[in-house]
Amino acid sequence: MYLRHGAFSYLPELTDEEITLQVRYVLEKGWPVSLEYTDDPHPRNVYWELWGLPMFDLDEPDGVLSEINECRAAFPNHYIRLLAYDARLGRQTTGLSFLVQRPKVEPGFRLDRTESAGRLQRYSLHSYAAESPMGKRYGDANRPG
Amino acid sequence: MSSDVVVEATTPDRWDPGVHSYASMGYYDESYEPKDTDIIAVFRVTPQPGVDPQEAAAAVAGESSTATWTVVWTDRLTANTHYQAKCYHLEPVPGRDGEYLAFVAYDIDLFEEGSIANLTSSIIGNVFGFKPLAALRLEDMHIPIAYVKTFQGPAHGVVMEREMLNKYGRPLLGATIKPKLGLSARNYGRVVYEACRGGLDFTKDDENINSQPFMRWRDRYLYAMEGVNRAVGETGEIKGHYLNITAATVEDMYERAEFAKELGSVVVMIDLTIGYSAMQSLAYWARRNSVLLHLHRAGHGTYTRQKAHGVSFRVIAKWCRLIGVDHAHAGTVVGKLEGDPATTRGFYDTLRDDHVPANRANGIYVDQDWGSMPGVMPVASGGIHAGQMHKLLDLFGDDVILQFGGGTIGHPMGIAAGAEANRVALEAVVKARNEGRDLLKEGADVLRAAAKISPPLDVALTTWGDVTFDYTSTDAPDVVPTATS
Repeated sequence: MYLRHGAFSYLPELTDEEITLQVRYVLEKGWPVSLEYTDDPHPRNVYWELWGLPMFDLDEPDGVLSEINECRAAFPNHYIRLLAYDARLGRQTTGLSFLVQRPKVEPGFRLDRTESAGRLQRYSLHSYAAESPMGKRYGDANRPG
Repeated sequence: MSSDVVVEATTPDRWDPGVHSYASMGYYDESYEPKDTDIIAVFRVTPQPGVDPQEAAAAVAGESSTATWTVVWTDRLTANTHYQAKCYHLEPVPGRDGEYLAFVAYDIDLFEEGSIANLTSSIIGNVFGFKPLAALRLEDMHIPIAYVKTFQGPAHGVVMEREMLNKYGRPLLGATIKPKLGLSARNYGRVVYEACRGGLDFTKDDENINSQPFMRWRDRYLYAMEGVNRAVGETGEIKGHYLNITAATVEDMYERAEFAKELGSVVVMIDLTIGYSAMQSLAYWARRNSVLLHLHRAGHGTYTRQKAHGVSFRVIAKWCRLIGVDHAHAGTVVGKLEGDPATTRGFYDTLRDDHVPANRANGIYVDQDWGSMPGVMPVASGGIHAGQMHKLLDLFGDDVILQFGGGTIGHPMGIAAGAEANRVALEAVVKARNEGRDLLKEGADVLRAAAKISPPLDVALTTWGDVTFDYTSTDAPDVVPTATS
């Protein structure tokens, strides 16, 4: 499967130049940028791992791209997303989010059903990758422990 | 028709029995300065021929508050001037002979806390049938923050919806299942599945899909949720189908809402036709149960569309935000349904912004401060297609749901391809906008470039690229254009 996550998941993978343009857009809005990574792409998994703290008060996108590259080097087979945060009153939420890396092979999800009375079905998503422990999925070479 | 109802030769004492002019009874008072806690209504008044505009405006204030046609001594048992609404400002409408804008102030004590039913029973109650008026339209309302705070507001609102769906920085995409009537539940669920797996965030029941002989509600819910969940599994993103719970009774609606929740639906849907109290009950239910509430504005065109009579949709939008829906249809401008661009902008601002300043160019006559009440996600639906994506993004920004029914399901390569075409087009124009490109100049180029990597988008642009709906809007703002430097 091909995980649809973030604002640009139906376009070709963004190049570093294209990522830089998006970062410039959010910095101009005054939104701090942060990076998060995971090997558990379940759509209800809200809390991906933080790659450091949000980068506040940046003027130029260069620093963001070097952080992206460091994160990619440390986790070459994880999903990595960039987030821009809009802290204005009434928002206090993510303003833009998109993937900057995905694993080469994405095994996807199995739809599990539990049948009940009256034809009721309860659905849950089972991630094939999550059958292995965290850090040992997607053939990741960087296995702790 | 009689037009000399309230003519008096001499000025009687205020409390003399009989019929007095509304103005003389205190319902017209240019010296009145509205209090911060007053509710303000702006009416477009068209008096019958021969009826004095001030008296007509006073009658509107009177009939929508304490007055009846004759003096009653029992008024003297009350602090009557406190409860009287007062027309404090009257002006002719530019370019519209015989029409006047009447600004009327109501004390907050006239209304039950948190009740749109009560508010509307006064403001659009008997007064709209009053004989001395040829026509009457409620153009706008200012709801003071003191009264705003007595309402729940959107069950979740724009921000919480995005966090619930985990989708940021782009409009959401939807489609109404077509044909709107007649599909069996099994076939209906197929359309839901194909549209969601192709790339839509939502699919939608139409307003008149309830529980008919060709498809009973429970069957529809079961098949639709099968389609939604299959698509979530294939894409790894959260999706939903607006399960319409509109029914004959509120008890039936609760039953349907509970079943939708049991099936794991993130959203249920109601029609405006169910009435304000039922809407508010379901808004409370939606917050209690963590389910989004979608509103289809079925029926509104009967009273919102004509300029001289009825209620502007900007007022309906305001009531819906107070009532507490999460989604409300608000027009497309470029699609098949009524929608002047400036007027539509006013609707979107009313639904989404924290503070909406008076701006007559957009039909907004009075300020509105929403405090911290969440925004409603506006829905643009009706005759729009992928070839208009850059215009839609430019008009509405990110916080909107763009719904392409025919423009998804009518795609020559199939429903999933239609959905993909819309999603690719959307993401391409968002990306281009963020890169600093001018969508109104370059949007068509951006779409054509995206079509090179997406055969479904290529086919969509070929099929619908030239379709437009250019008709004159009936509901455009009445302002004298002023030169700006």
